[in-house]
Amino acid sequence: MSQEIAFTLNGNETKVAIQDHWTLLHLLREELGLLGTKEGCGSGECGACTVIVNGDAVNSCLYLAAEVNGKKVLTIEGLATADGTLHPIQQSFVDNGAIQCGFCSPGMIMSAKALLDENPNAKLEDIKHALAGNLCRCTGYVQIFNAVKLASGYRYDAVKVVAWQSKDDS
Amino acid sequence: MQEFTAVGKRIPKLDAADKAAGRIQYIQDIKLPGMLYGKILYSKYPHARIVNVDTSKAKKLSGVRAVLTGEDIPVIKLGVYKDNTPLKTGKVRSYRDEVAAVAATDPEIAQEALSLIEVTYKALPAVFDPEKAMKEDAPLVHERHKTNILKMPWKLHYGDVEAAKKKAAHVVEDRFSTTWVTHCCMGTSGAVAEFDHTNNLTIYTNTQIPSLAQKDFLDTLKAMGLQDRRVRVVKPCLGGGFGSKLDTYAYENIAILLAYNTRKPVKIVFDRREEFIATSTRQPTITYISQGCDKKGNLLFRDISMILDNGAYTSWGATTPSVMMMPITTLYRVPNVRYEAKCVYTNNTYSQAMRGYGNPQATFAIESTMDMLAEAAGIDPVKFRRINANKPGDVSPQNFRITTCGLDECIDEVKKKLETQGPKEEGIGMGIASLIHVGGGARVYKSDGCGTILKMDDFAKVNVFTGASDMGQGADTVIAQIVAEELGLHMEDINVIHTDTDVCPWDVGAHASRTTFVAGNSALGAARKIKSRILEMAARQLETSAGELILRDRKILSKTHPDKQMDIGKLLRTVHFSHGGQMLMAEHFYDPANENLGRDFRGNLSMTYTFGTHGVRVKVDEETGKVKILKYVAAHDVGKAINPMLLEGQVYGGVMMGIGYALTEQVILEKGENMNPNFRDYKILTAKDVPIIEAPVRETADKEGPFGAKGIGEPGCVPTAPAIANAIYDAVGVRIKDLPITPERVLAAIREKKGLDHCGVELGKGGAEECIIEE
Repeated sequence: MSQEIAFTLNGNETKVAIQDHWTLLHLLREELGLLGTKEGCGSGECGACTVIVNGDAVNSCLYLAAEVNGKKVLTIEGLATADGTLHPIQQSFVDNGAIQCGFCSPGMIMSAKALLDENPNAKLEDIKHALAGNLCRCTGYVQIFNAVKLASGYRYDAVKVVAWQSKDDS
Repeated sequence: MQEFTAVGKRIPKLDAADKAAGRIQYIQDIKLPGMLYGKILYSKYPHARIVNVDTSKAKKLSGVRAVLTGEDIPVIKLGVYKDNTPLKTGKVRSYRDEVAAVAATDPEIAQEALSLIEVTYKALPAVFDPEKAMKEDAPLVHERHKTNILKMPWKLHYGDVEAAKKKAAHVVEDRFSTTWVTHCCMGTSGAVAEFDHTNNLTIYTNTQIPSLAQKDFLDTLKAMGLQDRRVRVVKPCLGGGFGSKLDTYAYENIAILLAYNTRKPVKIVFDRREEFIATSTRQPTITYISQGCDKKGNLLFRDISMILDNGAYTSWGATTPSVMMMPITTLYRVPNVRYEAKCVYTNNTYSQAMRGYGNPQATFAIESTMDMLAEAAGIDPVKFRRINANKPGDVSPQNFRITTCGLDECIDEVKKKLETQGPKEEGIGMGIASLIHVGGGARVYKSDGCGTILKMDDFAKVNVFTGASDMGQGADTVIAQIVAEELGLHMEDINVIHTDTDVCPWDVGAHASRTTFVAGNSALGAARKIKSRILEMAARQLETSAGELILRDRKILSKTHPDKQMDIGKLLRTVHFSHGGQMLMAEHFYDPANENLGRDFRGNLSMTYTFGTHGVRVKVDEETGKVKILKYVAAHDVGKAINPMLLEGQVYGGVMMGIGYALTEQVILEKGENMNPNFRDYKILTAKDVPIIEAPVRETADKEGPFGAKGIGEPGCVPTAPAIANAIYDAVGVRIKDLPITPERVLAAIREKKGLDHCGVELGKGGAEECIIEE
């Protein structure tokens, strides 16, 4: 069965005909061509497909497209400003080594955004809790935590956390 | 001390901004006009005759463009031993065996078509235990091979182990085992194959070995009767590698065969379940080890025999003993060494390369018994390692020549960072373990080389075409830093292209932690050629000698006359737009002077070796067996950190992968069948599991490395498991010899030590019938 839904996608009013069984991930990637949202498992276990619906981070692979009718959806493509300036969380991920292969990054960044929107002064434990559903195999998460901490409150000013010491530094 | 402008800086990865913005293309994101979707039907048995495959119903389904079985395709031999084929004929040997494949206009139609294929099997007796598979009456996995034991020569003996055993004051021996774990790349495997009208192949594929993959696919085309065709391998952005992409696979060949049959591009992308079931694991091992030392604690011998479960086919997993030899002969000074490994066919999944390439398995046994031996000798385990640590200038029994070596300092640094004041707390313990790994390439193939082409434009921007493969580890960025440093340019002036065999030179592959060292030296060599030409041309323009000039901040500067300077871009335009003009391009192929292992397995495999020590403090809950990591320190001698931020990322990521290997990860195979093909049941660590990790670095400035650097891709996960096992022993006095170290195993060992049964009741006191444990 098909139906028409209307929702706000990255700030744009969007009307689209969908099949009842489509997931939000299918709608975004296969129908609307927004490829920034990734599919890592298709069963809500890895978080690579995380997007924000009405302020909440959700696994778009488990979320029915029909359910976004009348809601606001934000994907990774909607974070940067119109002139291409990265959102402070994106920039912090870039600057702090939080991105290696990058496959988990869009979902990770969306989870971080949902957290910081709700709790701008998130502490390390809050960050770990909020990102627990986003798996990353490359980074060991340490630099992701740093990136989120440094972006918290969006007072991002390119401060570097130096955990590393070379012979010459000491 | 040389002052650097790009090298040694915490520079973000070149493609990080595009990745953060969701703009990078992975194989999942590639869509070509007219593209079909391929799906693979796998075996329903671990070992069975294929009696009949009926594809008639599947072929009739609307939208299906091709259905192939093993009978429809030419003989194409795959893998290290050429014992695998894209689609099986005659029999299946494991659950992941490919029996048929479909191409359709839509992935859902392709899936439905698979369900319409009717396969009749006749089950055969199967074997899943490599020790049983070695027996004469065991079912044969490959009849033609006549035995399940692979004819591979993994056997060495240096010095005289038997004589050393007699001399030793202290000897320990034991058995250790490791199981299957898998890479869990967040981006699953996939390929898109496409032929042009004259049957040249373009394949977009997730690979760490574009040049070797090109050769494999040329062999596939030859087997298909397509002589003298061209193969172009295009590497999309990889969603992780970790060794998983070091071979070519059945699915890539199936995509090629389907594309050839349909004359359309065909895409195969694995779902997560398929990724767990049909990709190759780390090599599981059973290790029998004995080590001995004299009264003062000097190691006298190391004696190891190993059995490796090869699974049903042979990929690089079977060759991991060649790398295991490195820690076995050279981790610490040990004069007498014996090692033998047997790889055995079973009806399990087959193994591949995975970060560390056998080193984690060997180091688990070595470093666990190092602690046992230290205890037997009554020497503190840290001191015991200091007594035996390798030193610069050492030549190991395997003829590995140790150039720079910061092992002593790594051991000391870990001790310093981990030690606590006050009395030992109950249930808390500390353990350490060290590592050696190839840090200057590894000559496992005929060439260990990498090519680079540099092309400068009129504005002093550089395109670097490298053979190296970036898979997220930052090869692109490190290469750009090296080129920017050498040419006095800014990072934004450098563009690194590493994705296409049509334009990139040859490289043996992203393995053996070799990319920074080998591709870095290759890029440096090309940059030096360009630099010397720039200096010569500038010397003429500025009427001075080339030796007077340096390149810095996009300019050519005189060391002695500050007024003599020129923009590099302006020089390039001047030289280009004059009669007999020139453009600046250079190529360099760097093949290190390391050695292939000889018949006796001696040979200096790498130009330099990376050393490190990991230490961990754990708390063990004696009631539940749960191990909590309180602090983890991973110290490495890296030569020189070209990019400290990316280097830390390699260490943090490696350590977390290593902790998973030690504590939580296992592919559970029940009679060959994967019982946990999802992230709910296969536990990689999450954000919640991250302990405090420190990654101190020792820079020994190796003279062979680019700006002194050694490789650091793999070491992070090498000694993690034994460091944790040693800490658990220190905490509660039980030694776990099998990975992963689950709470169940720890608890069982604690109860055994206390003389309790599996239910925690004193032996002989409780009714055995009440003690029911479900394994």
